[in-house]
Amino acid sequence: MKSLEEIVEILKNNLPDVVLEAHSEIKFEPFILIPSDKIDKVCLFLRDNPELYFDSLVNLSAVDDFNGQKIKDEQGNEIMTGGTMSVYYHLESIKFRHKLLLKVTTERDDPIVNSVVTVWNSANWHEREAFDLFGIKFNNHPDLRRILMPYDWEFGHPLRKDYQNPEFYQGMKVPY
Amino acid sequence: MSVRTEEMVLNMGPQHPSTHGVLRLELTLDGEIITKVVPHIGYLHRCFEKHCEVMTYPQIIPYTDRMDYLAAMGNEFGYVIAVEKLLGIQVPERVEYIRVIMAELQRIASHLVAIGTYGADIGAFTPFLYCFRDRERILNLFEITCGARLLYNYIWIGGLSHDLHPDFIRLTKEFIREFKPNLKELNNLLTFNKIFIDRTANVGILPLETAINFGITGPMLRASGLKWDLRKDDTYSVYNKFDFNIPVGDGRMGTVGDSWDRYFVRVLEMEESLKIIEQAIEQIPDGDVTAAIPKRIKPPVGHIYSRVENPRGELGYFIISDGSTSPFRVKVRAPSFVNLQIMDELCRGHLVADVIAILGSVDIVLGEVDR
Repeated sequence: MKSLEEIVEILKNNLPDVVLEAHSEIKFEPFILIPSDKIDKVCLFLRDNPELYFDSLVNLSAVDDFNGQKIKDEQGNEIMTGGTMSVYYHLESIKFRHKLLLKVTTERDDPIVNSVVTVWNSANWHEREAFDLFGIKFNNHPDLRRILMPYDWEFGHPLRKDYQNPEFYQGMKVPY
Repeated sequence: MSVRTEEMVLNMGPQHPSTHGVLRLELTLDGEIITKVVPHIGYLHRCFEKHCEVMTYPQIIPYTDRMDYLAAMGNEFGYVIAVEKLLGIQVPERVEYIRVIMAELQRIASHLVAIGTYGADIGAFTPFLYCFRDRERILNLFEITCGARLLYNYIWIGGLSHDLHPDFIRLTKEFIREFKPNLKELNNLLTFNKIFIDRTANVGILPLETAINFGITGPMLRASGLKWDLRKDDTYSVYNKFDFNIPVGDGRMGTVGDSWDRYFVRVLEMEESLKIIEQAIEQIPDGDVTAAIPKRIKPPVGHIYSRVENPRGELGYFIISDGSTSPFRVKVRAPSFVNLQIMDELCRGHLVADVIAILGSVDIVLGEVDR
């Protein structure tokens, strides 16, 4: 069992070019903030390091932080520009029984995060879901398609907070 | 002269009796050998996570029932534990005991469906009827407790909607006494049936490293030989007070982690659940089950990932609270969703008929896959 401080220490010693910030001020779960273009490298290290050995990605969840500026579009609908999206990675080491939460933030207008499918296969569908429902693009993902929504869904990404229902889908009225 | 051969693409589903719901598997075949499986999901997508963002915390509970509709008690249990951790409230002992009894009864009911339908998929229809006969009795127990047979809305934040029915303990004891011989009967009928073993042993072998890398949990992971059960390894509620074993696959009929092992782990787990229920019924304390239900549910700002061992694996809720009465974001880590990813890995190189045997042993519930 390694504590968060020890894990941060090991990461800092071995990956000096990655800027990490450990946060423990938010309630219940402390996390490490990692730049979105370094997450795959950090995850690979966390998995293969013999002291840490995070062999399992328990959960991957994307969140629309909705902290940008609200503006009106041409139709008068309220939309958001700027702000961030986050991806949370819950890791666990079955061998050492320790857990870790990583967080990545990315631009809300053009969210791009490096994929971790090469590290853990379980990330595959989780990342597809994040792409489907939030529009986060995962670099180097082998098969980034929609998963829960229809493949021909062209009205954006439903779990974004400013998502608007389309009026018609394939000739059917949507708010019935 | 050589014969030209071509790969063929075959659709299995979305309406197919052995896909247990609306799942479409796109099979690429070389003769009758499978070279690739692509699952297409989402036919049952009901925007659960989007709904959560506009509802208050207690209003979400009935929606959680409808994810894994064969294990609704487990879903409520997991969600309620997560919210209670956010709120920082302690619930009375009696509530915890009743929750554990319900969750374990639900586990037996869910495994009975898994086993029964698995037999039916493979061609043994009689065990299906035997399993549903026993499951019916568990549903009757739920019915006298809260009025509903499948979707309960029974476990509430901080308590329960009703206390136990006065007859509940007696009827549960009766059920356990009569169910034990039925399990033996089931083993004679299906588990050690030669045809069943031939269809499932050495089919769809899942090595442990692959299972961990794919995030597989629950009976599937245990069948691959790892003793990993959240009830013991990341204990919650009052599970640490009970004495029970964690069955793992041992490759008795073939190789560790084959379909037969996955099936048999479920059979053994039912016996362990019976042990837990027996102990819980003996130890259950008195108390008021509605005393700790908070009037106003408004968790502080923060986020939490909380998980429980559902019949199909690790059910996790990641809840972000912004301090209002409804959550900012709820992400459900559904065990079936993660377990289904392995289909391609397991099926490659097998025959078409084995896809059904493998899919049945993965035991998915589409309500949970699609949410």
